[in-house]
Amino acid sequence: MSLNLSTKAKKTWCPGCTNFAILAAFQKAVTEMIEGGEVEKHNIATISGIGCGSKITDYLNMNTFTSLHGRELPTMTGVKAANPDLMVFGFTGDGSTYDEGVAHLVHAARRNSDINLFVHDNQLFALTTGQATPTSPKGFKGRSTPSGSIEEPMNPLLTVLSLGATFVARTDALDIENTKKIMQEAARHKGFSFVDIVQPCVTLFDTREDYKDKLYQLDGSHPTDDLAAAMKKVQERGDKIPLGVFYKVKGPTFEEQLLQ
Amino acid sequence: MKQQPHDNVLTIMSGGAAGDGVRAIGSNLVKFIIESGYEAFASVDYPSLIRGGHNFSRMTFSNEKVFNDYSQIDVLIAFNEETIQIHLEELREGALILADKFTEEEKQAFGDRAIEIPMSKYAKESGAPPIARSSVALGALCFILDLSLEKLEEMLRVVFKNKKEDINVELARLGYEYVKEKGIKHERNFEPMPDVKDTLNASDTFSLGMVKAGLDFFISYPMTPSTPILHYLAARQKELGVKVIHPESELSVINMALGVAYAGKRSAIGTAGGGFALMHEPFSFAGIGEIPLLVAVVMRQAPASGVPTYTSQADLLFTVFAGHGEFTKIVILPGDAEEAYLAGAHGLNLAWKYQIPVVSLTDKHIAESVMSGRLDTEAVGMLPEKRAENTDENYGRYQFTEDGISPMAYPGAPNTAVKVSSYEHDEKGIAIEDADMTVRMQDKRFLKVNEIKKEFSELETIKMYGDLESKKVIVFWGSTKGAVLEAAKYLDKPVKLMQIVWAQPMNVDVVTKHLRDAEVIIDVEGNHDAQMAQLIRKNTGIEITDRVLQYDARAFDPIDLASKLNELLNK
Ligand SMILES: Cc1ncc(C[n+]2csc(CCOP(=O)(O)OP(=O)(O)O)c2C)c(N)n1
Ligand code: SF4
Repeated sequence: MSLNLSTKAKKTWCPGCTNFAILAAFQKAVTEMIEGGEVEKHNIATISGIGCGSKITDYLNMNTFTSLHGRELPTMTGVKAANPDLMVFGFTGDGSTYDEGVAHLVHAARRNSDINLFVHDNQLFALTTGQATPTSPKGFKGRSTPSGSIEEPMNPLLTVLSLGATFVARTDALDIENTKKIMQEAARHKGFSFVDIVQPCVTLFDTREDYKDKLYQLDGSHPTDDLAAAMKKVQERGDKIPLGVFYKVKGPTFEEQLLQ
Repeated sequence: MKQQPHDNVLTIMSGGAAGDGVRAIGSNLVKFIIESGYEAFASVDYPSLIRGGHNFSRMTFSNEKVFNDYSQIDVLIAFNEETIQIHLEELREGALILADKFTEEEKQAFGDRAIEIPMSKYAKESGAPPIARSSVALGALCFILDLSLEKLEEMLRVVFKNKKEDINVELARLGYEYVKEKGIKHERNFEPMPDVKDTLNASDTFSLGMVKAGLDFFISYPMTPSTPILHYLAARQKELGVKVIHPESELSVINMALGVAYAGKRSAIGTAGGGFALMHEPFSFAGIGEIPLLVAVVMRQAPASGVPTYTSQADLLFTVFAGHGEFTKIVILPGDAEEAYLAGAHGLNLAWKYQIPVVSLTDKHIAESVMSGRLDTEAVGMLPEKRAENTDENYGRYQFTEDGISPMAYPGAPNTAVKVSSYEHDEKGIAIEDADMTVRMQDKRFLKVNEIKKEFSELETIKMYGDLESKKVIVFWGSTKGAVLEAAKYLDKPVKLMQIVWAQPMNVDVVTKHLRDAEVIIDVEGNHDAQMAQLIRKNTGIEITDRVLQYDARAFDPIDLASKLNELLNK
């Protein structure tokens, strides 16, 4: 029987939305893992928050849980604690995870539950028609900040690194192949895997041109077990923005310790 | 000094600063009294601080059921001077006062009722910390109340196991001998009974009830007075097979619990009003998502931070109407430790049977009090939920059924996709926006109400006491049960007593039957707005105008309540 990972639900994303690419990358990632015998489809559970990107759960023919805006992380932790055999993924937006649910991100990073979080970081609230989030650039003219936002943006990768996250990566939504690989690497990592997905919103904040020449892949010379090096690397944000796995170390998971 | 009209109860109070061991003596004394064959009820009163302040523990005991402690005192143990001043007005005629030292004025005022016992000296000489004074006091009480020293020693050995039990036993003996030498006794007109009851606390029994119904996870963020449930279960995780998690916030608590339930494990959470206020969005999600969830809401005086360590019944309507939107829920109002056990067990089972959120609403008065009683362990067990067997790709988590209850499958079921959504959804769990499906799903969820109402003939959703023929009815709920049943011993006229155990859905037919032809209806509640009276009016159209309301953050005193009720009954 061929693997069908799509539901019949009508996709309501804008034409050309980069969420289609993220969905494709994820479906490829799990298809390969299922076909390679790493996981059975019914042992995958995918949780989302609320936002454009979070609609992904409706389109996935697998166990899914469409949670509330910002509350994806505690739900993921609960699912994994209740059934450690499940491979748990989460898809959310920067508004959901860096704004509404940021307290949960802070504690997920230090808790090290074996879950995988992918943040569709389009640097704005898209579903509510374009307002600033914590990753919008300063001066961002959204509908709630018509004269430009006055707050400094946060660096979520630096934040989670400082809190003890054991897997920290960034990928480009438009690069399906590399996003797929990072998703698989995240899934294979035992512990909290955090992946920020650079995501142009083609309708409300099209950053494709801006990012085109800036994004580059980390090469083998970046040590992924060196916290100081990772913290330095994730702060590179000017003309060059690195992609790839910044940090990856082993640590005891929440479930292992809880279920002892 | 006030007189009280009864002579078969005795009330013992210990008072002092936080850290003086007031709670320790309170809990040890009530245990000792119950194990000696008496019925008892003991409460604690303490401010929200860790050291200092004024604390007291109070226990009333008798040879018949005691539903609530009394405020008038027969023996006062004062660990500091302030205690005597604060409780002076509550001393009954002939009351004894035990203290390290009395002032000259006190000696004059109390005469031979002032009993100096060198509690601090004994504790110091034994090398124990000052808190061990409470063991000296216990020993003294043992003689004064004509109880068995041997039994006390036995109990102390268990209570202080590996915590200086020898010293505490020795201190108790010294206290005993000291008053024995002086021949100090307090009169008692009743004898113990052969049937020795258990020592029960509602937070503990609620926990045990949940465990009986198959609790897997208990998740909670500390907030007085719900914290004792968290502490009780956390200390016994291995023994009871429950995982206890204390995450970063109430929002994390409830969303984590929803995740646990989605994965097929039974979860419950505990909080007070403030924490529950933070949880409303996910609580409502449990409604639309049909995710089983038991919430223990333990009230303290609110609004906002309120009076944190004191009691209240002001969150009834808040709880009944909890969560935005309309959805099916059950709200149970256990009135004592025995009922809390049933609420824990039934609450969790019902949450899973109907795939709905269930709230057990209690308050500080029973959450931290102790009473004699017996758990009905035979009455409860784990009831299996409606499961979907041999599921395949056609499985829909929200499949339409005759009773509105869709069979449950969990992630991990082969060839099956279990999809849950906080959006309105179709049978498969995929978000929808069309009018027709929106109505059908809402109707599906409300179909369950018909099923839930069938529980009215199985479970005690209304409890009646007193003279069932009487046309005078007293209505109450939750912890107020204690004071009302105790007060009923002193009423001038025969009355019918009605305890509302389920606030939502309410057993309207039974409530109406008892109230319709009543000549007098009196509503007794620990709040300002007569919330149960409002709820009854909403459900039955019956208006209750006679009310005894108390919102001073304290539990009712039975004698005081009896006089207020008599006034209304004699009107
Ligand atoms: C508690 C709550 N507050 C606000 C909203 C409204 N809301 C829906 S989506 C959204 C923003 C989503 O932004 P983001 O998470 O960045 O996702 P995107 O739409 O950009 O993919 C907000 C504020 C909500 N659903 N729930
Ligand atoms: S608004 Fe942006 S993120 Fe949302 S669907 Fe359209 S393109 Fe995609």
